[in-house]
Amino acid sequence: MRSFTVHEGIVAPMDRANVDTDLIIPKQFLKSIKRSGFGPNLFDALRYLDEGQPGQDNSKRPLNPDFPLNQPRYAGASILLTRKNFGCGSSREHAPWALEDFGFRCVIAPSYADIFFNNCFKNGVLPIVLPEETVSDLFEKMYAEEGFSLTIDLPAQEIRSASGEVIPFEVEEFRKHCLVNGLDDIGLTLQSAEAIRAFEKQHQQRNPWLFGSLK
Amino acid sequence: MAGQTLYDKLWQQHLVESHPDGTSLLYIDRHLLHEVTSPQAFEGLRLAGRKPWRLDANLAVSDHNVPTTTAERAGGVEGIIDPISRLQVQTLGDNCSDFDIVEIPINDRRQGIVHVVGPEQGATLPGMTVVCGDSHTSTHGALGALAHGIGTSEVEHVLASQCLSTKKMKNMLVRVDGQLQKGVTAKDLALAIIGKIGTAGGTGYAIEFGGEAVRSLSMEGRMTLCNMSIEAGARAGMVAVDDTTIEYVKGRTYAPKGEQWEQAVAAWSELHSDDDAVFDAVVEMRAEDIQPQVTWGTSPEMVLPIDGLLPDPDSFDSETARESVRRALEYMGLKAGMPITDIKPDRIFIGSCTNSRIEDLREAAAVVRGKQVAASVKQALVVPGSGEVKAQAEAEGLDKIFVEAGMEWREPGCSMCLAMNADKLGDGEHCASTSNRNFEGRQGFGGRTHLVSPAMAAAAAVAGHFVDVRNWQEGA
Ligand code: SF4
Repeated sequence: MRSFTVHEGIVAPMDRANVDTDLIIPKQFLKSIKRSGFGPNLFDALRYLDEGQPGQDNSKRPLNPDFPLNQPRYAGASILLTRKNFGCGSSREHAPWALEDFGFRCVIAPSYADIFFNNCFKNGVLPIVLPEETVSDLFEKMYAEEGFSLTIDLPAQEIRSASGEVIPFEVEEFRKHCLVNGLDDIGLTLQSAEAIRAFEKQHQQRNPWLFGSLK
Repeated sequence: MAGQTLYDKLWQQHLVESHPDGTSLLYIDRHLLHEVTSPQAFEGLRLAGRKPWRLDANLAVSDHNVPTTTAERAGGVEGIIDPISRLQVQTLGDNCSDFDIVEIPINDRRQGIVHVVGPEQGATLPGMTVVCGDSHTSTHGALGALAHGIGTSEVEHVLASQCLSTKKMKNMLVRVDGQLQKGVTAKDLALAIIGKIGTAGGTGYAIEFGGEAVRSLSMEGRMTLCNMSIEAGARAGMVAVDDTTIEYVKGRTYAPKGEQWEQAVAAWSELHSDDDAVFDAVVEMRAEDIQPQVTWGTSPEMVLPIDGLLPDPDSFDSETARESVRRALEYMGLKAGMPITDIKPDRIFIGSCTNSRIEDLREAAAVVRGKQVAASVKQALVVPGSGEVKAQAEAEGLDKIFVEAGMEWREPGCSMCLAMNADKLGDGEHCASTSNRNFEGRQGFGGRTHLVSPAMAAAAAVAGHFVDVRNWQEGA
């Protein structure tokens, strides 16, 4: 996993609440058996005027000019600013894969759906939670200033703006550690292989019917 | 010390270790896999040179992409017309044989939607931890299990280590006292709860559903209810074990037998919250107050009782809410103030892991028996949740009732719940659907979904618009 330390980037809006994972990446793209290549179909139904299909040449499709990510002022954006309950709906990890593949490294919202929030950390995307008023305030500033950008400092747990504003944010210690160091979760867990094996043995003694029935 | 909740007990029984910040390794008893969220996980294992930790914990089945017409299905995996769907289904098969994982093949009688198959085969049992790369894994909590959806990285993690690295959630009790009225089902209850607490109301919680109305539900009704926990924001929903649970599990293919059965039943009888258990949040509802529900918008919380009128965006107090109601009405092509009963579905979908079990099909069949689907309805699909459900329905003659009424009887799969196969809505079409999500484009580009119970979907099929199924004259 790519590590995340200090990142500076342009902020783009997804100005609605309850953005679901079907909206982030529509189901027809879930047929891929790969982990990459979802970026061109991020927010597909909003970004293009036609219905997208997997394997299509997206550069030939009609773009929706009203959609922020199609506007020059948000070109190259890597921080997504959005409203509450972002990422609700399905567990598809294709959602953070699409965000990451598009170039987003950080999402800022008042709240997230649990599974999506979790999936972000596994893919080097930092989901930051800020109070609703702070998010609204950032929206205003972003709309007011073309090229509005922020610096996300994960080790220091703060967001800095060019005008000198500093916004602190919370992040769980363990998740931060993994993200900053780009650690593979599985490798970490397997360091506890002995403990897992010991637990498994006792668990089987207590609940023998949980073992061996399928195979 | 206060007593434990059901969730506390299940958590503690599976806890391998925890870090000071609460991050814990939770042991997983059953891992279900399907074709959409697993290929990248197997690929990850391959790249890292890892093997599954415990083969007998995993069970795989393809459901999302499988065709549901008998003709296309007859050709097996090779017969799937869409090459990308075929590749995904084939990839699951290949991965299962490479890694030696048990897979139910697509034309096996046991095949079906993973959340229907698990409990039906006894592959998911009370007291288990159950995960699957699918958010509706919450369904299995109906058995008194801790069951929730995971992402693909976690699918890989569970395959490799038999554990999930996670943190404990908070406890929420949703208690529904009294009895549901006749014609009001577990689906209406689920929608009413979401209408009350909102789609983020359960975020961060494991929900236990309790109270007389929940106790009175059949296992299938409890599965419908737990299935939709995720639509209320909660990864896990569960119901305590009681006689209904034990009766349901008894004799199923992978359920324990003989002496082990006795031992298991004794252990399962502890799977309920203690009387003095403390919940972080409690939601109380009266079952009698709940009417048949219909969603009108693009989020499951945009739901009303059947006699409701569509909301006026200006009546909401925040701009974000006004904007989302406005956008939803526009997307749905509906007007504020319109009665729900004026909405006319173009298509009907009875199926999905929420409502495709035998009792759901019986309820729908009772409504359409001897009647005809309205001329204005272009298509009415009935898609059983599994081959077992299909066989049972056919043994009871339900398939004939549907076909005689002008409905299509299909092969099992997810079908029009998310339209990854050929079953989908056209742009702008309204659908009375027994599935669980009414998001924009969920059932097809530009499609407009109204979530309802099987009986309500069947009644709308016949009437050509939404009607109150409580007033329905059966067989008349
Ligand atoms: S039926 Fe629908 S919700 Fe259920 S697993 Fe299939 S696609 Fe997901």
